[in-house]
Amino acid sequence: MHVHKYERAWLIFGLAMLAVFLCLLAVAAVSNDIVPPSGMQQIDPSTVARTPPFDKPGLRRLPDGSYEAYYVAQVFSFNPAVLTVPVGAKVTFYVTSTDVVHGFFVPHTDINMMVIPGWVNTETHVFRTPGEYLLICHEYCGIGHQNMFGKIEVTKV
Amino acid sequence: MIADRQMRSENRVVIAHVYTATTAIALGAIFGVFQGFSRAGAVDAPAWFDYYRILTLHGVLMALVFTTFFITGLSLFVTYRAIPRERALTVGWIGWIVMLIGTAMAAVEIVLGNATVLYTFYAPLKASPWFYIGATILVIGTWVVAYEIFENVVYWRKHNPGTPVPLVVFCAAATFVMWVVATLGVVAEMAMLIPWAFGWIPKVNVLLTRLFFWYFGHPLVYFWIMGAYIIWYNIIPKRYGGNVFSDALTRLTFIMLILLSTPVGIHHEFMDPGISSAWKALFTVTTYGVAIPSFITAFAIFASFELAAIKRGHKGFIATVRSLPWNDPAFSGAAYGMLLFILGGFGGLVNASYSMDAVVHNTIWVVGHFHVTVGGPVALTFLGAAYWMIPRLTGRALWKPEWALMQTRLWFVGMLVMSFAMHFAGLLGAPRRTSDVSYHGAAVAAAWQPYMIAAAAGGLLLFLAILLFVAVAVGTLLQNRKTESMEVEFAVPALSAETTPGALQHLFRWGAVALVLAVLVYAGPIAELVHAPGYSVAGMRTW
Ligand code: HEM
Ligand SMILES: [Cu+2]
Ligand SMILES: [Cu+2]
Repeated sequence: MHVHKYERAWLIFGLAMLAVFLCLLAVAAVSNDIVPPSGMQQIDPSTVARTPPFDKPGLRRLPDGSYEAYYVAQVFSFNPAVLTVPVGAKVTFYVTSTDVVHGFFVPHTDINMMVIPGWVNTETHVFRTPGEYLLICHEYCGIGHQNMFGKIEVTKV
Repeated sequence: MIADRQMRSENRVVIAHVYTATTAIALGAIFGVFQGFSRAGAVDAPAWFDYYRILTLHGVLMALVFTTFFITGLSLFVTYRAIPRERALTVGWIGWIVMLIGTAMAAVEIVLGNATVLYTFYAPLKASPWFYIGATILVIGTWVVAYEIFENVVYWRKHNPGTPVPLVVFCAAATFVMWVVATLGVVAEMAMLIPWAFGWIPKVNVLLTRLFFWYFGHPLVYFWIMGAYIIWYNIIPKRYGGNVFSDALTRLTFIMLILLSTPVGIHHEFMDPGISSAWKALFTVTTYGVAIPSFITAFAIFASFELAAIKRGHKGFIATVRSLPWNDPAFSGAAYGMLLFILGGFGGLVNASYSMDAVVHNTIWVVGHFHVTVGGPVALTFLGAAYWMIPRLTGRALWKPEWALMQTRLWFVGMLVMSFAMHFAGLLGAPRRTSDVSYHGAAVAAAWQPYMIAAAAGGLLLFLAILLFVAVAVGTLLQNRKTESMEVEFAVPALSAETTPGALQHLFRWGAVALVLAVLVYAGPIAELVHAPGYSVAGMRTW
């Protein structure tokens, strides 16, 4: 089969671009630890309310000064509804659902996860700017989906 | 020559498919424009027909019904015309009827509010079993159409040994080979969901249903694109007196699409738990792979434009562009579609990279993206192609061709406005699939408002364009002016001397390879899921 020389050049250019993009992604993944949330922990959705630490959702301070935030998502609210963290805090979120699939998304941050019953999804974020952040469920979960949101208040210390 | 009567009865099958698609896009547009206004805060859906029922109808009618009926109609049309013979049309009709019954069942359940699960029907949202059964019957109907096309390929091979199947039929058949491989995923999912919806099994593994859904859901996108490519390669060049750039490269492109469309679906689940990062990385690589046939297509199309211009003595970029028939509705639909596809391609590379995906996943950016891919290039190419097909199907001249032309331009502008607004709002964090994005006056949400209004305005232009389309499609049936000629011609290769390598003539064998490839790539994530299945979930109705 004859491939025209311009076409060959175009294809090589295209393949090279794809390779460059892939390398950039690999570099970002390895050096900056930019990887998607992939929580592998399982949890029985029917007993979330009795399973520590999800029996007491909210913020927890660890000995090293970082934080863990445990969230339960259910139609049509987040528990806790409001989370208050000091600026500069490094917070690892752990989120699960007791019913259907929900989303866990904080605009203007890279916190963006799917919350699936039976699993705990997790992501870490450092809040560098004080202010009020909106937490929204961004997966359709039922008739009240548009009312499913919460707040994260990042306070000056 | 086949008898005129034979051709007319074939045409009736195709007309049934194409006008079902027309009905779907007309209804879908009403819901679409409403969604834009609701999200901008201008209207509220009534309690007896809530926003999410509307959105389910829009997604199903547009993504599943309009596209599928158009592609089945188009593929039957090109197959019938490129392989003229005496043939019974029983199978063609059965395909349409089965598809229609499935569609009607699913639609009734949605309208009654028993299936407000959006077109992705993610478990554990639990719809009426008849919704899942209807959707499955729709898929089975498409398999009947696939059989009809494959039977014609086999017939051709038997009666023309040594001659490759006509290129346009090869493209159509390749599209359906890919489709059969892909729909196995959704049928597997339905095999889990139907007994669960009836209550015969109490719980369902949510992650497995999502995996099966996206095994199907991504190639669904490529099914649409292959439908548009059939038109771009085989029909559009005739509109400007050009050729298809190369027979062999076209076949290669379609074979690559058969192979690469399926093993990519997990890129829709980058934000899911329960699938480890290693598999997500693998699916990023395969997703980039499926861009290659589109690179080839971009080259082939521009090369064909240029060759046609040179043949007519034009030289250079501007002369080439000006020599194209911009006033022909079929050409302009496809050409504006191609322009939008360039934008769509850039956005797609962003979505496919799992780190950048974190910024835009499930925001309205994604909706902007697929309106400049399926809503723009695919739908506009189909609408343009309808203007070309309808006179050749009905023998009547197009009613108000100037409206048809206006429709393609209006759609192009409307799509640009709506999807640019959606892309920007998405970057600012506006979510998709939400009836009202004001969040009780939150400051972050207030910044989205201007874009929501712009998107609604773009949606209104699109709606007006669909009104024009329906007027032309229906008006043509209601008047009696005869078209000059019902002749159908497909583009022939520019490099006609060259022979097509044998490896590029197989279809079903490549389909088998595609299935093996898909199974291999999915084996990892599925094994992981079998090893750690998570908890199955009972499911519920939350609407
Ligand atoms: C009149 C033209 C159209 C308008 C005004 C329109 C408008 C919209 C809007 C505003 C949304 C977002 C709703 C939300 O996320 O809350 C949407 C979603 C969608 N549109 Fe369209 N659209 C149009 C045409 C099309 C076409 C031609 C297609 C495909 C062939 C299409 C496929 C979809 C799909 C698949 C969704 C996603 C549904 C979901 O998230 O479940 N649309 N449309
Ligand atoms: Cu929600
Ligand atoms: Cu995809």
